[in-house]
Amino acid sequence: MQIRRQTDFLSGLMFIAVGLAFSWVARGYTMGTAARMGPGYFPFWLGIVLALLGVGVAVGSVSAKAEADRMARWDIKTLLWVLGSVVLFGLILKPLGMVLSVLVLVLVSSMASHEFSWKGAILNAVVLVIISTFAFVYGINLQMPVWPAFLAN
Amino acid sequence: MELLSHLSLGFSTALSLQNLAYAFLGCVLGTLIGVLPGLGPLATIAMLLPVTYTLPPVAALIMLAGIYYGAQYGGSTTAILVNLPGESSSVCTTLDGYQMARRGRAGVALATAGIGSFFAGSVATLILAAFATPLSELAFKFGPAEYFSLMVLGLIGAVVLASGSLVKAVAMIVLGLLLGLVGTDVNSGAARFSFDVPELTDGISITALAMGLFGFAEIIANLEQKETRETFTDRVTGLFPTREDFRRMIPAILRGTMLGSALGILPGGGASLASFAAYSLEKKTSKYSHEFGKGAVEGVAGPESANNAAAQTSFIPLLTLGIPPNAVMALMVGAMTIHNIQPGPQVMTSNPSLFWGLIASMWIGNFMLVVLNLPLIGIWVKLLTVPYRFLYPAILVFCSIGVYSVNNTVFDVFVAAACGMVGYLFLKLRCEPAPLLLGFVLGPMMEENFRRTLLLSRGDFSVFVSRPLSLGLLVAALALVAVVALPSIKAKREEAFQEE
Repeated sequence: MQIRRQTDFLSGLMFIAVGLAFSWVARGYTMGTAARMGPGYFPFWLGIVLALLGVGVAVGSVSAKAEADRMARWDIKTLLWVLGSVVLFGLILKPLGMVLSVLVLVLVSSMASHEFSWKGAILNAVVLVIISTFAFVYGINLQMPVWPAFLAN
Repeated sequence: MELLSHLSLGFSTALSLQNLAYAFLGCVLGTLIGVLPGLGPLATIAMLLPVTYTLPPVAALIMLAGIYYGAQYGGSTTAILVNLPGESSSVCTTLDGYQMARRGRAGVALATAGIGSFFAGSVATLILAAFATPLSELAFKFGPAEYFSLMVLGLIGAVVLASGSLVKAVAMIVLGLLLGLVGTDVNSGAARFSFDVPELTDGISITALAMGLFGFAEIIANLEQKETRETFTDRVTGLFPTREDFRRMIPAILRGTMLGSALGILPGGGASLASFAAYSLEKKTSKYSHEFGKGAVEGVAGPESANNAAAQTSFIPLLTLGIPPNAVMALMVGAMTIHNIQPGPQVMTSNPSLFWGLIASMWIGNFMLVVLNLPLIGIWVKLLTVPYRFLYPAILVFCSIGVYSVNNTVFDVFVAAACGMVGYLFLKLRCEPAPLLLGFVLGPMMEENFRRTLLLSRGDFSVFVSRPLSLGLLVAALALVAVVALPSIKAKREEAFQEE
């Protein structure tokens, strides 16, 4: 047996794992009967269906007719810069306020670009802080801390 | 004429100063994101969902709808001038539109796209208005069994027309359905799959999910590729097509409009599919077929009319049956629920000014878009010179603030980041995320109707096939699968999506 279509094989495994996980957790809820379904009934069977579909996808990937492919390389560095900057934003928004958080978000996420320059990133950050302050805080009155908590009082 | 009185109600709503302003804003934003490659209507609507929270429901929906069809206009600009599809629905326009630009006919190509889109948009709006009443009346005859079967048909339809592996797409739907079940079960009050996280008892935020899957994952994917583009941004002159151009584009526009309107109504249809279908139709039927790929005016007129017509008619299933036919419409469901409007046939009767106002606004919006896109083309062209390294941090800022503000919790920001990671995984595994979003929105509705059906039938599953309407819908779903599974059609389908 040879895995010809790597993306499908891995997707199949993912569907099986996630489906079984959902069914496993759903077993902990009341199942009930078809006429009086508990909260576990629908997700349990849906999880099984997902796992079965996963088996189908995985089996198809070893068929001789499947178009061969390999999973493309992951660009972990870009992924971490982009998503890391978002997580960082979430962590510091409440204590440090929007202005500093947006500054950090823009500077950190800019590192992901292969054309990164400090000058450009800082300029962009300042412009975006001004835009978001006016648009979100004064424009549509979103409720969020603007300045760091220790400065606000 | 009932239709006329409905439309006059619609126009009186849509022409109020506030609604006009929001229609305009939506069209401007739609054009903007349409022009910018790598930022689609899906991510933008997700981004703006929280903002609409403070608006009246009519204004909110008018604006969000404007973004969707506005993006169809804007997308063609980028396709023609940069040879990059600004939207997935303008992929076909790159084929001939860019070639026209290379021959110094960029202005004519832009005008053709604008004229075609406007005509198609106006006709599709009329179709939407005409179909709305009879379809909602049909929907009132539906019981829970029919609704369940209709959703099965809708979901299956959504994937058979999509590209890639069918089984994989169905699995993505089921995954979406499961994710949609996270949160409190409405019948028993039990918290499901929330693992004692209080924020999860309300379910996963649709904004966070859509932003992560479509916004963040897309940015990472765009950053991976480092390429240079040749643009024709400074050569837009001579907007007006010649008599010969008109003679050739008019039939193409008519065909594109009809095809687009029909495909938009179908579940899973929508702008992208319509433009592909229209392009191949034009290429097959035109007597100038040798010119295709070298700057044929039909190759711009057909797909551009079709995508705009489909963008408009895809509102039909959403507004009349309450079933979103594609992922953008799934987000519109989200927008409606934020405002406590349950999408479905009752919207028209309980909220007529909203319903007809939205429809009328589409016509007004199309008119605004022609003005925005043709005389003001120079402004949009300037935007194309903004480098991506300034653009994507801005997208991240708006997404992050937006996702936070829906529930004022940073938890959703983390969920969005996690979804971004998952979205990137899907990209690498070649799993299309759009069906997942559809499933996510329909998950709770489907479970509810499934449970209610079996409660009424006392646990007898045969009810789904013993009621004729329900049986018919399920047979249609089965037929769709069978048709796609046929070897000959399978080969054709793969061929059709090769060009993507």
